[in-house]
Amino acid sequence: MRSRLLGMIRKEFIQMWRDRLTVGMMLSMPMMILVIIGWAINTDVKHMATAVLDQSRTPESRDLLTAFTNSQYFNLDYHVDSYEEITRLVDSGSAKVGIVLPPDYARALKQQRVAQIQVIVDASDPMVATSAINAANAIGQVGSLKIASEMLQRSTGRVPPPTPLDVRVRAWYNPDLVSSIFIIPGLLSFILMQTTITIIAMVVVRERERGTLEALIVSPLRRWELMIAKIVPNVVIAYAQMTLALVFGVWAFGIPVRGSLILLYFLSLFFIMGTLGLGILLSTIARTQQQAMQLAYFIFVPSVYLSGVLFPIEGMPPLARTVAYVIPLTYYVEIIRGIMLKGIGISYLWKHLLVLATIGVVLITASILRFHKKLG
Amino acid sequence: MAELDLNDYAVITKGLTKRFGEIVAVDHVDLRIKRGEIYGFLGPNGAGKSTTIRMLCGLMDATEGSGYVLGHDIAAEPERIKEKIGYMSQRFSLYEDLTVRENLDFYASLYSVPNGIKRVRIEQMVQMADLTGREGTLAAHLSGGWKQRLALGCSIIHKPELLFLDEPTAGVDPVSRRNFWDLIYRLSEEGITIVATTHYMDEAEHCDSLGFIYQGRMTAQGSREEIKANALKGQVIEIECHPMREATIFLETLPGVAEVVRFGNTIHVVTEDRSLSPADVEARLTVENLKVSRVEAAIPSIEDIFIAFVGLADRRSLRAQLKRMREREL
Repeated sequence: MRSRLLGMIRKEFIQMWRDRLTVGMMLSMPMMILVIIGWAINTDVKHMATAVLDQSRTPESRDLLTAFTNSQYFNLDYHVDSYEEITRLVDSGSAKVGIVLPPDYARALKQQRVAQIQVIVDASDPMVATSAINAANAIGQVGSLKIASEMLQRSTGRVPPPTPLDVRVRAWYNPDLVSSIFIIPGLLSFILMQTTITIIAMVVVRERERGTLEALIVSPLRRWELMIAKIVPNVVIAYAQMTLALVFGVWAFGIPVRGSLILLYFLSLFFIMGTLGLGILLSTIARTQQQAMQLAYFIFVPSVYLSGVLFPIEGMPPLARTVAYVIPLTYYVEIIRGIMLKGIGISYLWKHLLVLATIGVVLITASILRFHKKLG
Repeated sequence: MAELDLNDYAVITKGLTKRFGEIVAVDHVDLRIKRGEIYGFLGPNGAGKSTTIRMLCGLMDATEGSGYVLGHDIAAEPERIKEKIGYMSQRFSLYEDLTVRENLDFYASLYSVPNGIKRVRIEQMVQMADLTGREGTLAAHLSGGWKQRLALGCSIIHKPELLFLDEPTAGVDPVSRRNFWDLIYRLSEEGITIVATTHYMDEAEHCDSLGFIYQGRMTAQGSREEIKANALKGQVIEIECHPMREATIFLETLPGVAEVVRFGNTIHVVTEDRSLSPADVEARLTVENLKVSRVEAAIPSIEDIFIAFVGLADRRSLRAQLKRMREREL
């Protein structure tokens, strides 16, 4: 028995070594994601190209425009003379935002009338639009308050009271609200799942495709020995991938690891077992490696969209939420975010552990049972 | 099945049947394979040879019937059987991304060959397969004959008592086929029972015993001599004459003729019994105004014998099938 299992495991490692390209891709995938998310993508949109039509041209209007510039959200790149020009710039995409100040802006302020400021936003990209709208609203409110209190001071001679409400928001775990810190642990989990499922499904289907599975079934090798031999090298590779991703993420991007790494590695084992079980299950359904790949996408798509990797589960309709809670990735994402960003421990995560362990046992059992079937 | 039989026979089956839905791939097959012999399991593609072998090896469950391999029930003790048999399929089952040595080493560990013996065995197999100096070559880089011999080495590295060869020579060049059969003889001399399926009728000459299977049913079984002696009630007459078309049509209607086959510019006539002699045939053709240049009795080929076992209605289609297979191999 020992000889069979060890021989089989050794064979799997040799085959992996011969297929270094695949292993290399597996290991470097998380780093690619880190580089893309960490360096290239910035979901906090700042410095939007802005066109300004200042029909007032007064110190008051320039004050307001300076407030826009100082917010860092708007780059006043274009100063134009007509509304048509703003339309053209936004249509062509050269400007994302247009600001129009009316000719009577300064006069309205002096006469204590409401001065209307028009902000045009290219909302075809909601991410840009939301940033611009929030920033413009904030500038408007702060500006209004400042002007109102100045006027009050001027007319009554009294120093106005401080604002009655002082709401101070503390952004815990991610004080700078950097969205990549939120997204990266989730994406790394997804990549871990994607690579483990794909590789093990391919490796098993390959045995079937090339006819070597026949030789294994004819031999005294037991089915569970075959499973373990397929699983062990993949667990090793999965941990290697995870470790590389963590080291790189912490070193290059300052991703925090606030909780226990040992706990993270321990809980990851249950997730990896589950995904490997799923991969073997796929391999019992697929006849060719191509089919295995295509089947895998049926798992990847709901996993990435419904597990909370990209969008919060709290905002989903009930049906989608139900689906989310049968996806192993959902629990793992909460684990990895919980440990890395919040530093929480097993007292909060034991439920996740229970669910992942159950899913893992069910999937591996199902795959062994299905695999038990002979040829034909 | 008497208990006694189990010790004398490597394989015994009774009514072994495999159905895939409506299709009956193997239909109540009774095999008798003696220990120590080379048994040739012959039949065209799709006749049910591989399916039968797969049931014996534990790769598939039988739908019906029973079987004993090396004294073990195939349904109850497949794991006991697996330790004692070797199996080599047409697809060779080699790991292409492993080297010659790694393949042998892997199969040795799969069958728990003790470490002390393993090195010696691997060396023996390398020599047998004529792969000395190529131990480090990836299996993918070996040519057909080498791959075949390496696959054989992998399937006997644990010294099985019984070796199943499923179409071992398909797609291999004639020289490699001959070399391969030389190796099989050597294994047989060591006492290994060998069961080989093949659709090459000429390979039957290498076997001690033969079994013919057609459309899932066994049509004949026995030692090579028995089969050759008893198979044909009639005889085979070779004819060269002109014009061939008319001669063929005439011969087909002649009483006592079982089958007429054209091989190039000769006509093969299989008679139903010995009452129709070559001289009779020649006389009848001459009466019909056909120019006869040669008529003589011929030694029946294994193919002739095989076809003699098949029902009259199937003969023509079976001949055509075997001919197509021969042509494709060429």
